[in-house]
Amino acid sequence: MQGYIYPNEFELQWSLLIVLYPYLTGLVAGAFILASLERVFNVKEVQPTYRLALLTALAFLLVAPLPLLAHLGHPLRSYEIFLTPNRKSAMAMFGFVYAWYLAVVLLLEVWFDYRKDLVLWARNDRGVMRWIRYALTLGATDLSERSLRFDERAGRVITIVGIPSAFLLHGYVGFIFGSIKANPWWSSVLMPVVFLFSAIVSGIALVLVIYMLTTMFRWRKVDMACMDKLAQFLFYAIVVDFSLEALDFIHRLYEAEESIQILSQMVESRLFLSLIVLQFLMGTIIPLIMLALVSPGLRKGGFVRLPPELKHLTYLVAAVLIQIGIFSIRWNVVIGGQLFSKSLRGLTVYKVQLFGIEGLAMSVALLLLPFVILWALVKILPPWMDEAPGEATPAAEEPGAAFPPRG
Amino acid sequence: MPQQVPRLVFVFAVAVLALVIARWYLVPDTFGDIGHYRAAALDSIAARPMKYAGHQQCTICHGPIQEARLASNHKGVRCEVCHGPAAAHIANPMEVKPSIPRGRDQCILCHAFDPSRPTGFPQIDPVAHSPLVPCKDCHDPHAPEPPVVPESCAACHGEIARQKSVSHHASLDCEVCHVAPVTHKTNPRSVRPSKPTNRSFCGGCHAIGDPRAAIPQIDLQTHGQPYTCWQCHYPHHPEAP
Amino acid sequence: MSTARFDPGSSRSDPPASPVLDRRQFLGEAAAGACAAAPFLLGVVRLPTAFGQQPDGVYDASEHYYGMGVDPGRCIGCARCVAACKTENDVPAEPHYFNTWIERYVITEDDDVGVDSPNGGLDGFPPLTRTNVERTFFVPKLCNQCDNPPCVQVCPVGATFMTEDGVVLVDDDYCIGCRYCIQACPYGARYLHPETHVAAKCTFCYHRLVRGQVPACVEVCPTGARIFGEVRGRATPLARFMRFNQIQVLKPHLNTAPKVLYANLDGEVR
Repeated sequence: MQGYIYPNEFELQWSLLIVLYPYLTGLVAGAFILASLERVFNVKEVQPTYRLALLTALAFLLVAPLPLLAHLGHPLRSYEIFLTPNRKSAMAMFGFVYAWYLAVVLLLEVWFDYRKDLVLWARNDRGVMRWIRYALTLGATDLSERSLRFDERAGRVITIVGIPSAFLLHGYVGFIFGSIKANPWWSSVLMPVVFLFSAIVSGIALVLVIYMLTTMFRWRKVDMACMDKLAQFLFYAIVVDFSLEALDFIHRLYEAEESIQILSQMVESRLFLSLIVLQFLMGTIIPLIMLALVSPGLRKGGFVRLPPELKHLTYLVAAVLIQIGIFSIRWNVVIGGQLFSKSLRGLTVYKVQLFGIEGLAMSVALLLLPFVILWALVKILPPWMDEAPGEATPAAEEPGAAFPPRG
Repeated sequence: MPQQVPRLVFVFAVAVLALVIARWYLVPDTFGDIGHYRAAALDSIAARPMKYAGHQQCTICHGPIQEARLASNHKGVRCEVCHGPAAAHIANPMEVKPSIPRGRDQCILCHAFDPSRPTGFPQIDPVAHSPLVPCKDCHDPHAPEPPVVPESCAACHGEIARQKSVSHHASLDCEVCHVAPVTHKTNPRSVRPSKPTNRSFCGGCHAIGDPRAAIPQIDLQTHGQPYTCWQCHYPHHPEAP
Repeated sequence: MSTARFDPGSSRSDPPASPVLDRRQFLGEAAAGACAAAPFLLGVVRLPTAFGQQPDGVYDASEHYYGMGVDPGRCIGCARCVAACKTENDVPAEPHYFNTWIERYVITEDDDVGVDSPNGGLDGFPPLTRTNVERTFFVPKLCNQCDNPPCVQVCPVGATFMTEDGVVLVDDDYCIGCRYCIQACPYGARYLHPETHVAAKCTFCYHRLVRGQVPACVEVCPTGARIFGEVRGRATPLARFMRFNQIQVLKPHLNTAPKVLYANLDGEVR
């Protein structure tokens, strides 16, 4: 502790768990927006990742409320948010936005997309899996042309509704921070926008990593056109995200409000590693350069031609660095906002516990849990073609296509 | 109508119904009565026990002490500042007694010299002022007028005295510049010492032509016109800016 | 002698122009001063009825609207208020849970501002180490009981609220412990209670107000640095405070409309 902090500020209120929450919902929003690229904007190249992106979004969305619950002083009273929400509070909207997104957007979209395959699988399955898949169809086993067309249209409508819903799901988290006038590090009009674009960046990067790793684990060939397209969108997203963050930074320095002194001190001392090194250098600049050189973002085929394996590695490394960078953004926003005193005269420290409900071990567990859930989802709702039912799918079997075309 | 629609509608209807039922059962009864909060909370907050009784309660039994105190310098120092919370004593006067501070610690909390305290507040140096003697031996806590009138101004104006003592004006007594009636020491707020009113007062020592060569001298006509001297130079520490 | 020593109306920096009075004039002025000042000083004794306690003991919140005046020029930093508050409200004894605390400001001639509050002031203040001190003073801090409270605005469930009589309270049995209100408070007035795991803060000793008493910090302040009363009253000590002092509030640019009013607050106070 240096300088002066208000006596009650000694203890940081929002800990590592609250860093985790925007990271998880960001991945959800980003993965969903990637999926919607294919559905609404007909970007055919990323079609192999469509179902995987949806399942990823679902897995992370299911885990997202857990860090919040763990952090509450009285988690058993959390239902009060649904019963008596304070309409003036951004946080009160959490329950409804989350429920809307989970039920109306994500679950419905997954259901409409998978219904036909679930019916077909259930016919051939035996045992528990048969009952699970049959139950998931909710008994709607009609596979007529009319039904399938309805599935298609409903899915499209839901995706269109889902895009602004995804913006809302993660944007409101940015608003929760950005609307706190008491905290000059958080209070900013750009906060929801920066959150959203960094979410898109992290979501695309995550799907890229998962697609690449799952394809490798299944001993299949990675679809290069898909990877290139993902990398291209990732590059554009990083450029926008970086521009927004740079704008915020320049704006702060230029206006030089009263808080600039303590905030500069904080960035130079407490946040040097997480902001300058992890977020800026490793998380933004280096991936930006890597993708600018290798991906088709600026020039078709990239500036540097690499053999496919090396290209995969480049994309993978860039995507992993991006994950570290986006996590650092969340850390710098949440923890950074509490490292300086509201008296603007002092700094404090945050000591991460190892164990305990707000500790490092809990956060690592919560980060791994979505992958466990994803594994289970993939078992029940496999997103790849060779496990798709054969007879009712007039699939165009291109060599190398690992995923069934939709429809 | 495609098969999917009624099934989905059913699932959603069940969920909404569950929420409605939950809301009916789980929202507390008094919520929303006055504002967006549980009105019963006011009752539970208001029912918290008091630890401090309030000095009016002390007057009921300890009238004469209160009368004495209210006529003294400690009229603003209410009973429980020194004697601690007394609600338990009010409830059970014979068996629960408030504490009576008989040492020096309690008085020193307020009256030890601290430069951040407002000037004129009576402050002493705890080490130098009657060391080891309990304060109450000379000062009745309920009528703490000093047993003897303070000799020097520094007794109350410690900060000024300390500043002056390390300045060029260290050898000047307060009375050189300030005429203080004797009654100021017993009635400080109503009877105030005088302060010099014009430049020629300081010129008495600092005008050019003064035979004491060590004193800095200035031309009264031109130096720092039109200001009076103390608008720039703090008289208790007049070192030049 | 019953003349006013700590005259609530005068500040310590305005001595009369001609200080030497003759005896008759002096006694006349003294008597007049006593009559004028007595209600406000001895009015301390009459607080129960002044605070609207009905004869039959029923408290009507709609008849009151509370605020507090703070005069840092009178504060001697003794922290009796901090101790009394901790006792009265069962605030945890550890050094980072306070409903109210005292800050010391030390401003040097080269514009360096040092602020400290060791254990809220309860442990006393260490001796000054700087030598070129220009100004130094104490400032009592507490929940500002804002009229436009950002903490109430952000509570997701309605566990913190402002009462009809202007006090911002927390419902211990409804708060979920999300800590959003603690983040939203610009003054550092809130904390999470380590045992009940709900948000906690100064309540203006609401349980004392409904019984016609003043908050514990006001009760024990030995120099009258805290003046409690009705912000919309006429013949009250607080009204006089508001009439005769330059009134500031903390962080006015945030538009929280605090009801804790500071007299002649130094510009360096945050």
